Amino acid sequence: MRETVLEIKGLTTQFRTRRGVVTAVDGVDLTLGRGETLGIVGESGCGKSVTALSILGLLPKPAGKIASGRIFFDGRDLVTLREADLRHIRGNDISMIFQEPMTSLNPVYTVGFQIQEAIRKHRHMNKGASRTEAAKMLGLVGIPEPEMRIDDYPHQMSGGMRQRVMIAMALSCHPQIMIADEPTTALDVTIQAQILDLIGRLKDEIGMSVLLITHDLGVVAEISQRVMVMYAGKVVESANAEELFGNPAHPYTVSLFKSLPKIGGRKGTLEAIPGVVPSLLNLPKGCAFQERCFKAQSRCRQTPPWQEIRPSHRVRCWKPVDQ
Amino acid sequence: MKRSPPILAAEQLTKHYPLKTAGFSRRSGIVRAVEDVSLTVLSGEVFGLVGESGCGKSTLGRVLLRLEAPTAGQVFFAGRNLGAFGSSQLKKFRREAQIIYQDPYSALNPRQKIGRLIEEPLSIHQVGTRRERLDRVHWLLDIVGLQPDHAQRYPHEFSGGQRQRIVIARALALNPKLLLADEPVSALDVSIQAQILNLLEGLRAEFGLTYIFISHDLSVIEHIADRVAVMYLGRLVEVGPKGKFYNQPIHPYSRALLSAAPIPDPTAQRNRVILTGDVPSAVNPPSGCAFHPRCPERRDICPTKVPTLRQISPGRWVSCHLR
Repeated sequence: MRETVLEIKGLTTQFRTRRGVVTAVDGVDLTLGRGETLGIVGESGCGKSVTALSILGLLPKPAGKIASGRIFFDGRDLVTLREADLRHIRGNDISMIFQEPMTSLNPVYTVGFQIQEAIRKHRHMNKGASRTEAAKMLGLVGIPEPEMRIDDYPHQMSGGMRQRVMIAMALSCHPQIMIADEPTTALDVTIQAQILDLIGRLKDEIGMSVLLITHDLGVVAEISQRVMVMYAGKVVESANAEELFGNPAHPYTVSLFKSLPKIGGRKGTLEAIPGVVPSLLNLPKGCAFQERCFKAQSRCRQTPPWQEIRPSHRVRCWKPVDQ
Repeated sequence: MKRSPPILAAEQLTKHYPLKTAGFSRRSGIVRAVEDVSLTVLSGEVFGLVGESGCGKSTLGRVLLRLEAPTAGQVFFAGRNLGAFGSSQLKKFRREAQIIYQDPYSALNPRQKIGRLIEEPLSIHQVGTRRERLDRVHWLLDIVGLQPDHAQRYPHEFSGGQRQRIVIARALALNPKLLLADEPVSALDVSIQAQILNLLEGLRAEFGLTYIFISHDLSVIEHIADRVAVMYLGRLVEVGPKGKFYNQPIHPYSRALLSAAPIPDPTAQRNRVILTGDVPSAVNPPSGCAFHPRCPERRDICPTKVPTLRQISPGRWVSCHLR
């Protein structure tokens, strides 16, 4: 058993909207082991990104707030931590990569300046040492001629390079945890392969844990040890990657796999999931997936149990799919 | 494969854009978006066009439909040269070739009702009486899986998948023969993609349509296409029947692209070709074969001579010095 670096218990995050209070994350439990990569998969609006923002205390204010739950990191509860202490943890111990590298980099400073800023703030290095360190990080993430590119502005770099700058910045403080929210979605597949390869290697080199958030089942399968599937704010299935991809048990997970066109897969009509993701403002009673589920029954109108069907494989369903 | 007449043929198509010198920018040059592309689309087939962002696939699509005039080269529709068409002939061509874009959110005027949006092409081309047009709108809504009363609603009342259905209904209003689908499922959630792919396949069978299907997603292309063309930096590097292409891609870039596509199976064995470097810019493409700086099999000839697209076995065309 790995040592736990992050533990979330009963996280519920809500947003006030004009049409009422929306529960974007509803009672999420999660543990992340040292050196582990945990993938959180789900479609838009399932709460995967809000979970990440909740961990770092980055929810948009004042609309969003953590309604209940605890987030333990290093013996402390991040939910109740003061902003100043939280800021110290962000970047130092937990850092985040966002999907869109262009909006996360400041266009009027060189990338070197921005990486050095993080290093100086969090690792208390002087200017010269931080520059050397920043160049080293750029080299590590595969930027050619880092000594020269360190003085580039973000617009002088391609999308793939900017994403690598973001990763270099996130890694420059040697965090214990890296949260990567759709880190490769905006990139081409050949660049995506480079970045995933890089995250995997760096994870082993500096022994960090990764929380990978994505809608792409392929990306999750590439680098995750464990996977959680979210639907309408709840975790509906959680298992080891091989188990989840080999024996999916929640009807939503099963349907998701079947609806996916796969290279070399069976041809013919895809088994699409009928209907649409329900609005969080108007969720059905009981299981949120019941209206689209091929196994739905009357019992699904009651809250489904979070049951362990095999060792460390849990499903939130009355009638999980048997293999 | 059965022999069908070509519905669309391109000969040595080239599209260059002058680089805008706006604001303080002092850059000048030419974006070589499409460079010397020849291809044939057969009647009734799905011609899949894959490539990474910036490779020119969308521009090629727009030039093929004469939404933009080519810088050089010709396009023939049903054997007739589009470049020689007068405005009335071009208007008739517009009825026969329609386009579906990636983003169903920006493709629909938010202030018009769905019925009006779908009727618009019919009114512009003065098809039928008002009554007949309304009947046709209801029929179109039905064939794309929507309800007749949806005609009275506005776009914001629909989800992304439903909006894409509306866009498809509008594209089919004038009974086109050829449909250019530019990343039609890329903006949709995984569970909705399959619905739209199934719809497009069903419509093709029912109405004998021909599709040019542009995507960056190799699994989507494999699912829907009959033939595949791979584009890199404005040029076609490989064209071939789907089965043969996916079993054994020939061009080194095709191989890298296929091997980089993430597979949703953690136990999958793979020999990934990780390319180094970034996609070069179309303003300043590398000399010779544009892929040579990233090519794992590069030889001396590659930077000096542009390879031509040659037929190396029946139906398979490759542009590489080494094959």
